[in-house]
Amino acid sequence: MIFKTAAELGGLIAAGETTAVEVAQAHLERIEQVEGKVNAFLHVAAEGALEQARAVDARRAAGEELGPLAGVPIAHKDVFTTRDMPTTCASKILEGWVPPYDATVTTRLREAGLVILGKTNMDEFAMGSSTENSAYGPTSNPWDLSRIPGGSSGGSSAAVAAYEAPLATGTDTGGSIRQPAAVTGLVGMKPTYGGSSRFGLVAFASSLDTPGPFARNVLDAALLHEAFSGHDPRDSTSISQPVPPVVEAARQADVAGLRVGVVKEFGGDGYQPGVLARFNETVELLESLGAKVVEVSCPSFDYALSSYYLIAPSEASSNLARFDAMRYGLRVGDDGTRSAEEVMALTRAAGFGPEVKRRIILGTYALSSGYYDAYYGKAQQVRTLIARDFEAAFGQVDVLVSPTTPTTAFPIGERADDPMAMYLADLCTIPSNMAGNAAISVPCGLADEDGLPVGLQIMAPVLADDRCYRVGAAVEKALEDRWGGPLLGKAPAL
Amino acid sequence: MTTLIPFDEALAKYSPVLGIETHIELGTASKMFCGCPTEFGGAPNTHVCPVCLGMPGSLPVVNEKAIEYAIRIGLALNCSIAEWCRFARKNYFYPDMPKDFQISQYDEPICFDGYLDVEVEGETYRIGIERAHLEEDTGKSTHVGGATGRIHGASHSLVDYNRAGIPLIEIVTKPIEATEEKAPLVAKAYATELRELVRALGASDVRMEEGSMRCDVNVSLMLKDASEWGTRTETKNVNSLRSVERSVRHEIERQAAILDAGGTILQETRHFHENTGTTSPGRSKSDAQDYRYFPEPDLVPVAPARSWVEEIRQALPELPAARRVRIKQAWSLSDEEFRDVVNAGALDLIEETIAAGASPGAARKWWMNELSRTATTQGVELSALPITAGQVARIQALVDAGELNDKLARKVFEGVLAGEGAPDEVVAARGLKVVSDEGELVAIVDKVIADNADTAQKVRDGKVAAAGALVGAVMKASRGQADAARAREIILERLGQA
Amino acid sequence: MSITRDEVAHLARLSRLALGEEELDHFAVQLDAIVSAVARVQEVAAEDIPPTTHALPITNVFRPDEVQPTLSSAEALSGAPAAEDERFRVPRILEEED
Repeated sequence: MIFKTAAELGGLIAAGETTAVEVAQAHLERIEQVEGKVNAFLHVAAEGALEQARAVDARRAAGEELGPLAGVPIAHKDVFTTRDMPTTCASKILEGWVPPYDATVTTRLREAGLVILGKTNMDEFAMGSSTENSAYGPTSNPWDLSRIPGGSSGGSSAAVAAYEAPLATGTDTGGSIRQPAAVTGLVGMKPTYGGSSRFGLVAFASSLDTPGPFARNVLDAALLHEAFSGHDPRDSTSISQPVPPVVEAARQADVAGLRVGVVKEFGGDGYQPGVLARFNETVELLESLGAKVVEVSCPSFDYALSSYYLIAPSEASSNLARFDAMRYGLRVGDDGTRSAEEVMALTRAAGFGPEVKRRIILGTYALSSGYYDAYYGKAQQVRTLIARDFEAAFGQVDVLVSPTTPTTAFPIGERADDPMAMYLADLCTIPSNMAGNAAISVPCGLADEDGLPVGLQIMAPVLADDRCYRVGAAVEKALEDRWGGPLLGKAPAL
Repeated sequence: MTTLIPFDEALAKYSPVLGIETHIELGTASKMFCGCPTEFGGAPNTHVCPVCLGMPGSLPVVNEKAIEYAIRIGLALNCSIAEWCRFARKNYFYPDMPKDFQISQYDEPICFDGYLDVEVEGETYRIGIERAHLEEDTGKSTHVGGATGRIHGASHSLVDYNRAGIPLIEIVTKPIEATEEKAPLVAKAYATELRELVRALGASDVRMEEGSMRCDVNVSLMLKDASEWGTRTETKNVNSLRSVERSVRHEIERQAAILDAGGTILQETRHFHENTGTTSPGRSKSDAQDYRYFPEPDLVPVAPARSWVEEIRQALPELPAARRVRIKQAWSLSDEEFRDVVNAGALDLIEETIAAGASPGAARKWWMNELSRTATTQGVELSALPITAGQVARIQALVDAGELNDKLARKVFEGVLAGEGAPDEVVAARGLKVVSDEGELVAIVDKVIADNADTAQKVRDGKVAAAGALVGAVMKASRGQADAARAREIILERLGQA
Repeated sequence: MSITRDEVAHLARLSRLALGEEELDHFAVQLDAIVSAVARVQEVAAEDIPPTTHALPITNVFRPDEVQPTLSSAEALSGAPAAEDERFRVPRILEEED
């Protein structure tokens, strides 16, 4: 049961061959078995999940027409508010906080009949690339428990890769869906910015944050994408155009005649040879499938990382100011004599982890008077240059491709106190956040050095999310034929 | 104790430069960025939602009406309306500010570069408007454990966020120069005119006593004929028109004393104290304030279509200045009479009474005399009296028709104000009607003549002036309901003097 | 470009983080490295490049002026560290800053 795809499970439930309750139970059992090793969840809502499953079965029994994912379980990143479960963003400062409202993504999951199994671990406030920055302990990569599952949505990637859930939600600010998907052998999609609602997504960097799906195959990702995306009047930056035909594109799965651009700037020094080998093979595969491949230069991408590490911390320093011990969450040092100001500073020092503090300080610096123009202002100009590079590139090609990450999953602890090394994990994914366009990571093999998954990143223009799915599905089909099944089948049993 | 220099002495030596920042809560039904009600009062923390409580994950969405009101105010202030502008975050920590940043506008205000003309003692001063921008209000803290709710010495505070997120427009003047000894009056006149303007626009009811309009007043002094401005102080949250005037006066006296003693003015925030009319310094901060403004990423730019701006311009109501000119002329009022009407808060009421059919003179007479006295006695605003303009017009109509005389009309006012019902109901219930039945009146006159034989004889003898006493007796006997003029005629007739 | 320990201490105060001495030492070194690296943005962006603050060019997103359901005070206060008289109870506040 747990090895089935979301589409299959949805079909079996719809056909009455199984029930949502049975499916939920199977996954809850799996969670019980492997959570001790993986630590993907911060909160498992066993009772709540069964209740939701029963409700879906009841609706089905009453003859109600339900969507393709009704009754399918899902792991929900702990960055989305849920009124029946705590929402902590893996931070001490929000420990135990149960929001009085649901995020739009949460509401849409419920409306689609998805059964929320629980909330997944993450880097605190989505800041990180390894899930080591969680206040509640790191998550392990199911491929090798001593390695990171990527981040910040590492709990979600690990849960799906460990068959604890067929689907998961994530958020991608600089690569936080695509990078964990790549290093765990999954499909992970960052929709066009504004294509999925941020209402109820606890903000890290508002102008970059994008909710998106994790799945074990391209079609499942598209089904989930379709289930929770679309215009939301409560998010001013939400786009009003209809969701691109992603499911149709995932079924189309063909690249004949498509122009594919290889980003010249992503490769060479700093890239693991095994990653580049799999990437180059996949490019050749695309060509053999009928795509026209050309090399495209995007010179400003070299500056994307620097720009990102000014813009994201700047927005974060402001977004995280509200965690001040006054209205919700942790309060430390309120002994009746200290002032509110002192209690705020003590609480924030005790409640935030080191990476969050570093970014708050960095962002405060970049926005402060006298430095704004040199840092935040310049970074926003670089953002314009990146958008222009994309525009020029998409004038020549339909999609751009690159490795999703420079390396495979690194060992837990290796980069924990070396922020600059950690930041490099998002080198290839950041440009699409800066420009707001769509990008997906699909598995493209295992690196020879370590036998760990490698991801192919496919980038498409704003609102052309369907192209990511179309190309991703074509690659998936060809590679699975070659491998004799999904890449994840090669992972060691837990 | 702060040393002061008498105002006239200070002004003989120094020229003041003013700047006024006014925050006005807009009269939208819902808040600036969420659907919570803006209604004043309400149990604490009941006009709140995840957005105005700044809960994690919540996002703002701009209230279109607030944009419309801002444009309306901007146009009335002769401002340019931005073709494209953004909101910005103003970052600072404070417990009554739910997100620990305020959504405001920074270098791209929605309205900019306008002016407002104000009149002080017959002279017109043009106050330049630098900008008007939109922002959100904060919550309200109550300080517990200290002396009488003061922040100083309190053990803790209680915060109610009902007010958090109510739309504010902040209107900032350009430096106001060359007002000399009129400076305090000009400041007050500006605040008064601004309040009237915003009220007339229907963009806010501007109740200063509820804190829906607050002024921050900047004052600096320079030696007369100097070319460079002095250091300014900013007096925060001045909450009444009178306080605007007093705070300016006090700062001039205080700063002049410091400068005269060879001291320097600290650029600082000060607070105004209503009871003493003085200001005191705010807390000095170890770190200079750095608000780290940046464009609000959760909101998209506002680019009001020119057609929309024109539509709003066309729909502007008559503005107070134009109205004043029209009314003064139509009612034939002197400047002084007009000022009295305005100060009594009777302008709208009189205008409504006229619209309901009364003549300007009669409408003004009732509101400015009878009703103003009652309001003063009861210590309430004229508009708070339980009588409508329509009712006043109805009473006057009865007078005009000869059914009431002034004396009876006063009794009708008395009845209406006492809650006895509409004018006609009071007339009926109290039996207040001029005695117009000739026979009844003649009978009363005859009885009065019989009862006052001596006086009647004097009249017969030609002392017509003595008839007044008889008329008085007739009025008394009729309990005021007789038509005095007709009674006099009958008396003279009966006594052979007609 | 570089950042000093004193600047980091000032920024920590500005962002309400009561950092210990050791933490400050550690962050000062790391932040100096990060700031030096990200200062690269100054190499490329010419004066005439407009800044991008929003990924997509959307304007004029408004909501109608309609009152929506609110939270009850119990819901509003449900996560409060301390409450009193239906209000959020907070430690004593130093004088108003704005």
